[in-house]
Amino acid sequence: MRLPSPGAARRHCTAQDTRRFVDILIQQIINGLVLGSIYALVALGYTMVYGILGLINFAHGEVVMIGALSALTAIGLLVPSGLPGPVVVLAGLLIAIPVCMAVGFTIERIAYRPLRNAPRLAPLITAIGVSIVLQQLAMMGWGRNYHTFPALLPVTAHKIGGAAITDLQIIIVLTAALLMAALVWLVTRTRLGRAMRASAENPAVARLMGVDVDRVISFTFVLGSGLAAVAGVMVAANYSIAHYAMGFMLGLKAFTAAVLGGIGNLGGAMLGGLLLGIIESLAAGYIGDLTGGFLGSHYKDVFAFFVLILVLVFRPSGLMGEKVAERA
Amino acid sequence: MSADPKLKARLGIALIGVALAVLPFVVGATFGNSWVRIVDFALLYIMLALGLNIVVGFAGLLDLGYIAFYAVGAYLYALLSSPHLATAFPALFAVAPGWPVWAVLPLGALVAGLFGVMLGAPTLKLRGDYLAIVTLGFGEIIRIFLNNLNAPANITNGPQGINNIAAAQIGGHALNRPLELFGVMVPGVHLQYYFFLALTLLVVFVCVRLQDSRLGRAWVAIREDEVAARACGINTRNVKLLAFGLGATFGGVAGGLFAGFQGFVSPESFGLLESVMVLCMVVLGGMGHIPGVILGAVLLALLPEALRWGAVPVQQSLFGKVLIDPESLRLLLFGIALVVVMRWRPAGLWPSALRKRELAAHGEAA
Amino acid sequence: MSAPLLEARGISKRFGGVQALREVSLSIRAGEVYGLIGPNGAGKTSFFNVLTGLYSADQGEVRFDGQPLPLGVPHRIAGLGIARTFQNIRLFGAMSALENVMVGRHIRLHTGVLGAILRTPAARREEADTEARAHALLRYVGIDRLANQQATHLSYGDQRRLEIARALATEPRLLALDEPAAGMNATETAGLRALIEKLRGDGMTVLLIEHDVKLVMGLCDRVAVLDYGEKIAEDVPDVVRRDPRVIAAYLGREAADA
Repeated sequence: MRLPSPGAARRHCTAQDTRRFVDILIQQIINGLVLGSIYALVALGYTMVYGILGLINFAHGEVVMIGALSALTAIGLLVPSGLPGPVVVLAGLLIAIPVCMAVGFTIERIAYRPLRNAPRLAPLITAIGVSIVLQQLAMMGWGRNYHTFPALLPVTAHKIGGAAITDLQIIIVLTAALLMAALVWLVTRTRLGRAMRASAENPAVARLMGVDVDRVISFTFVLGSGLAAVAGVMVAANYSIAHYAMGFMLGLKAFTAAVLGGIGNLGGAMLGGLLLGIIESLAAGYIGDLTGGFLGSHYKDVFAFFVLILVLVFRPSGLMGEKVAERA
Repeated sequence: MSADPKLKARLGIALIGVALAVLPFVVGATFGNSWVRIVDFALLYIMLALGLNIVVGFAGLLDLGYIAFYAVGAYLYALLSSPHLATAFPALFAVAPGWPVWAVLPLGALVAGLFGVMLGAPTLKLRGDYLAIVTLGFGEIIRIFLNNLNAPANITNGPQGINNIAAAQIGGHALNRPLELFGVMVPGVHLQYYFFLALTLLVVFVCVRLQDSRLGRAWVAIREDEVAARACGINTRNVKLLAFGLGATFGGVAGGLFAGFQGFVSPESFGLLESVMVLCMVVLGGMGHIPGVILGAVLLALLPEALRWGAVPVQQSLFGKVLIDPESLRLLLFGIALVVVMRWRPAGLWPSALRKRELAAHGEAA
Repeated sequence: MSAPLLEARGISKRFGGVQALREVSLSIRAGEVYGLIGPNGAGKTSFFNVLTGLYSADQGEVRFDGQPLPLGVPHRIAGLGIARTFQNIRLFGAMSALENVMVGRHIRLHTGVLGAILRTPAARREEADTEARAHALLRYVGIDRLANQQATHLSYGDQRRLEIARALATEPRLLALDEPAAGMNATETAGLRALIEKLRGDGMTVLLIEHDVKLVMGLCDRVAVLDYGEKIAEDVPDVVRRDPRVIAAYLGREAADA
């Protein structure tokens, strides 16, 4: 549905045109919220690891992919059993989560832990290597083709004006919100959460206070990977497909969201995720009109990169990060 | 009585020179001309790796989008040496531009260098990992633009790429056609080899000279301690931009050569995986060490062919069928190699003494 | 009385909630050894870092040899003639001592990319000159025999000397030393004092942050005292040591009233 061009609007901006504009806007915002909730869940994984290790876990996007594909495999096995759709999906989720947690745990142990004291370049290069390995293993395991996510969840659409939101989209947003709330509770109100925050701020002192920082780090990876698994299933359900190469772009965009919100900051990851989802949705919807047809919606991936570059160059601490003073 | 070391060095260089001169004939006779093609590609990779080595190895800036400069050089050559511009913009180009190679390559180098400075400029204040991600982003942006700049104006011909690119011509002779020299019929791939070799040697020469200069020292200083480097009066911004620009220049030249050699360019040759592969060559070979980087490039150029040669029959005999196709195997091994090398030999296979000391110093300080 | 070599006026600097420097003004005369002391957290290093370009100032200006100093741009300040060492020695660890000093020559050289690639006669002359001067500087600070040793393999005292040699390679008018005697024993400190006196004898202006009060009082021509970001005294050592505000800052009010 095309926006009326500005010239046309000037000629006859009827109430109907305004309604259509608002409808599109609401629809894009809804889509953006759904996308943003998914980005937020993945961004949390990036931000937690960065907060505690100062490392960009390049391979995190691939963990999301593994979550999606392993859930799909489990679901594929269960569909013939005749169980109700939501139960099958739940089962798929319950399989994907431990799988991803195991992957996250293993990556940290094998690839990152030995490099704790290495110069900066080494863990980043290792992370890239891990990402490539995971992608290839996934391709070997699940093949190169796209896998369809069966329609098991209700997709009845509820109208909001001229826009619509489906049951599935509501489920995604609510689940994400619930998980984020649970995470905030964990981090702010439990002993483990305190240990996580202490380790992120000053691991040496945390150790002196009796915190097993290595265990906390492992847990951080496991937790982030669990959230990634859920995000993977959400992506597969929302777009109805999963593919061995889906993790790369998604990971990069979620990382952008984490940086946008302020890397290392949980609230920032959530805010950044939602914001990026909305920005991307609006951009995809309007970019053709904004540029007079020069750039089409297939440029929307470029948007995330531009946001990333702009944030890192002009406000590297992100929206919610503190401006770090440059004490020598 | 031992030989004078200078004499030994001169003899060594002479031997290498002879070996390089006859290499294509030896390889062609032993393995076939398709392997000479592989050697030609290896030379291109060496150029790429040496270019990236300036950025990553000398200056210590982790660039994950380096392939973009290769792409710029390649597409520029393609536009100036193929019918594309004439077919896409008949109003502007009545005849397809057929620029000679000695004009296109320097232009490609210049344009790539400018891109290098442009892409490097926003990254100057960023730390290691952020720098890597931003450069990755730039690389991807360029690839996406190459893939989509076919509408409204068809500049790059989108995913289909540009074909019918004319091969480089030296002295009126196109390098993809055989030439009779002293009664011997020299195939095109051999001619390309000598052309690439000449330029590769030039690149090596430039890198060696830069390494041992005021600029080379400034790069190492920035790599080791940027704050101290600034306090010594080094304009770190300009020195870093020089690294980006010079490194990109080599990528641009290699890209132009690639386009003329292959006759065809498309966006899928210039993705993140290719950037990572060039990074692999530098890291695995020995960051900052010119011989090491050359070794890394050669290994990574030969590896896929070796895999293609061996992986299928080995798997057939072991498992009765092919479990992993050579392409996936290559990538899998890449990934594993990165992890393994970073864990056990972070300085690379053939590091410089300086780099080994740096890593040891870092380990002591930790 | 000649114009001061360096004149700081009203320098203020804030870090988040902490006012590190409060309108600090002082002046350093050419050829003198000027000490900057004060209790921990007084703002000495902050002031030092503003002077040498690591930080920009929120307010105030600095004039060096009559010209305003571009605050916050370390390489230009180095180019204008202020060289510094670091409290926790920042050498280029994997390079040799000689190479460290050669890096220090960077701003006084002119060989660019083309010169490096073509190795023009001018470039070759510059390289030879750089190496010669580096050796000369190592001799000046007394460690030329260690020229080809890796920097991190030098003893602590020798590393400090190397850092001073590297700073001298930039041909400074003002040498700023950040706690050069930190971590040194009595012998090393005496050697450092001799080196600074030699520098003064050769006409160098030296700014010194130090905690070693005996060293400062014995060596410096004039001393400034900072406390909580403010300058509370600036005079010859004998006067400063008796200033009640200074005593109060270091030892507390009772000691001052005593």
